[in-house]
Amino acid sequence: MSKLLITNGRVIDPSQNMDRATNLLVVDGRIAAYDAQPDGTAEAIDAQGCIVAPGLIDIHVHLREPGGEDSETIETGTKAAVNGGFTSLACMPNTDPPIDTKGTVELIRQTAAQKGHCNVFVVACVSQNREGKQLAEIAQLVEAGAVGFSDDGTPVYDAELMRRAFEYCLMFDKPVMNHAEVLELSQNGVMHEGLASLILGLPAIPAAAEDVMVSRDISLAEATGGRLHIMHLSTVNGVEALRRAKCRNVRVTAEVTPHHFTLTDDCLRTFDSNYKMNPPLRGQEHVDAMIAGLKDGTIDCIACDHAPHPKEKKMQELDRAPFGITGLETSLGLVVTKLIEPGHLDWPSALAKMTINPARIVNLKKGTLQIGADADITVIDPEVRWKVDPGKMCSKSSNTPFAGWDLKGRAEVVIVGGKVKLRRKQT
Amino acid sequence: MATETDILQELGSVPSLWTRRHLLGLEELTAEEITLILDKAAIFRRVLDRGGRKIAALTGKTCCNLFFENSTRTKTSFSLAARRLGADTLDFTASSSSLSKGETFIDTAKNIEAMGVDVMIVRHQTPGSPHLLSQNLKCSVINAGDGAHEHPTQGLLDIMTIRQHRGSLKGLTVALVGDILFSRTARSNIWGLKKLGAHVIVCGPSTLVSRRWAELGVECCYSLDDILPRVDVLNLLRIQFERQATRPFPSVREYAHLYTMDSERLARAKPDVLILAPGPINRGVEVTPDVADGPQSAILDQVTNGVAVRMAVLWLMAGRT
Repeated sequence: MSKLLITNGRVIDPSQNMDRATNLLVVDGRIAAYDAQPDGTAEAIDAQGCIVAPGLIDIHVHLREPGGEDSETIETGTKAAVNGGFTSLACMPNTDPPIDTKGTVELIRQTAAQKGHCNVFVVACVSQNREGKQLAEIAQLVEAGAVGFSDDGTPVYDAELMRRAFEYCLMFDKPVMNHAEVLELSQNGVMHEGLASLILGLPAIPAAAEDVMVSRDISLAEATGGRLHIMHLSTVNGVEALRRAKCRNVRVTAEVTPHHFTLTDDCLRTFDSNYKMNPPLRGQEHVDAMIAGLKDGTIDCIACDHAPHPKEKKMQELDRAPFGITGLETSLGLVVTKLIEPGHLDWPSALAKMTINPARIVNLKKGTLQIGADADITVIDPEVRWKVDPGKMCSKSSNTPFAGWDLKGRAEVVIVGGKVKLRRKQT
Repeated sequence: MATETDILQELGSVPSLWTRRHLLGLEELTAEEITLILDKAAIFRRVLDRGGRKIAALTGKTCCNLFFENSTRTKTSFSLAARRLGADTLDFTASSSSLSKGETFIDTAKNIEAMGVDVMIVRHQTPGSPHLLSQNLKCSVINAGDGAHEHPTQGLLDIMTIRQHRGSLKGLTVALVGDILFSRTARSNIWGLKKLGAHVIVCGPSTLVSRRWAELGVECCYSLDDILPRVDVLNLLRIQFERQATRPFPSVREYAHLYTMDSERLARAKPDVLILAPGPINRGVEVTPDVADGPQSAILDQVTNGVAVRMAVLWLMAGRT
């Protein structure tokens, strides 16, 4: 019998409205008891001054394997996740080949079981070969373990296919997760359309490119009763459409990335491709809308859209450099520094958006510290200040715009299934 | 007539005001720096006017035209400017390059730099590419046009031409007409003109003239006829058909109907209005031949001033001994 006792921490578990100082006992990989006293039989972790939370969950991660191993692998990506405080992630299917068959889902899960540092859940393609034409074999993908469906990287473009996807996924109670972008409006854009793009003369993506498709998807979800998850929401009107849809009880959820509540399109004034992502960094009014949406609960969860790319691909002309930045190792620090510190969110509501809420979106029995749950635990030092150093990151890629930033709050201990995967210092 | 020694003496050494290693845009220059370039360019203009003989101001230096996008006028102008200063020049165009073999443009530039280049003159279709090179090269980088972003020497030569004809920019009303959205010339002009005290109007179809320019203190207008009576300078920008993803106006005929500068429109302008066009022009679209070649036109002055401005810029960047 393996025992782990986490003592003196402030246990915050939004799934059971818990926020109190207690000792947490883990036995054989499961949450066993609260208020347990040390009896010498358990390995002890002193969490004095720390927050003990359900293991963090990120449902929008690009692990790049198979096909993009020069950017990231399941091994390095999950290591980065653990280093960032995450115990579970959902990986996106825009790999090469795409994750659109039972065999590919199984391959990912097997590789993750062998080499992964945290739990890996698979989001599979909506359409065969991610081509947006025919539905993928969703029933078999569900049998293989897929937790959600997305053609991320590109939107599900055909409205009829999207409608069928919503209807078909109803059988399995799985969400369709869409990257909302009207391509005729975004064209070859590399940044948000605003004053900055006007000055820089860069081809731009208007906010309307996202608004229009978010509205379409909400309408289709409403019409079918299907479950929509809006990925990387980034616009004022998108949040407003979501807010109204929730009032009508449409089954819709949404995520926001840390960069969309932190950075604006003005960053592109440096022409640094580490500020190039899709959706693009938008204006301050959009950043404010993200924060307002997080505060009032319109936006359900925080997901970083971890998109590693090797340096030689990012170090190109802005139109050639690929979209995307890494995020797993800066996500928690940005949440603390940009949302909790300024008072936008308190710890329980911030943690809800990184634990139980994302777990519910993809139906995971995770994100909770209830007795009997898997012992996925993140111990966070809420006060520690640290500097983002790409050289010390675990991801295979270092395309982050946050290099050199001073952040507050960091995962000190990460426990996955009762096993200590990270122990930063003697705690 | 001034001798080479007189000219070099008048030129003096590169003033301490000039501290820049690169010239990437007019947005980041101060009014003083722009004026310095224009003052030195006026001296070089006199060198050109006395018969285009060389002066030995950059002997032993090497300037490279690194062009990833087609150009004849700008490249020729830079080459001539460098040679008039006694520098060696070399040309590199993307079509003859190893870019087609998969080399990145940064590697290409680094390789050329390693052959011993002092000034890299870069044209690229993507905004920010000269900036990226300036961060990766040790030599000086001059932006010779990056997409629709900036074309600082074009802005400078336009402003030099206005200054030559009007003395000062202060209080003048300058209209940039046509394709503002895709024009690097427009952007460099806007920054430079505003810094020197001119009032700037951007005028063209609403699909090519963003209302957001007003946020930078630029007047936006869709009707050329409305502004004609009150402008001192008209800078007629070329329609950049090659950059437009979707057609921003229904037809060239309709564009011409609204914006072609012809003799009829000229008659309604101020009698001393100055007509500029940063070429190459589409005759009959932006401007009719009689206006382009008429007495109000300073189009050929612009071309000569282009060489003078580029001599000034090259000298400021590489002339310090």
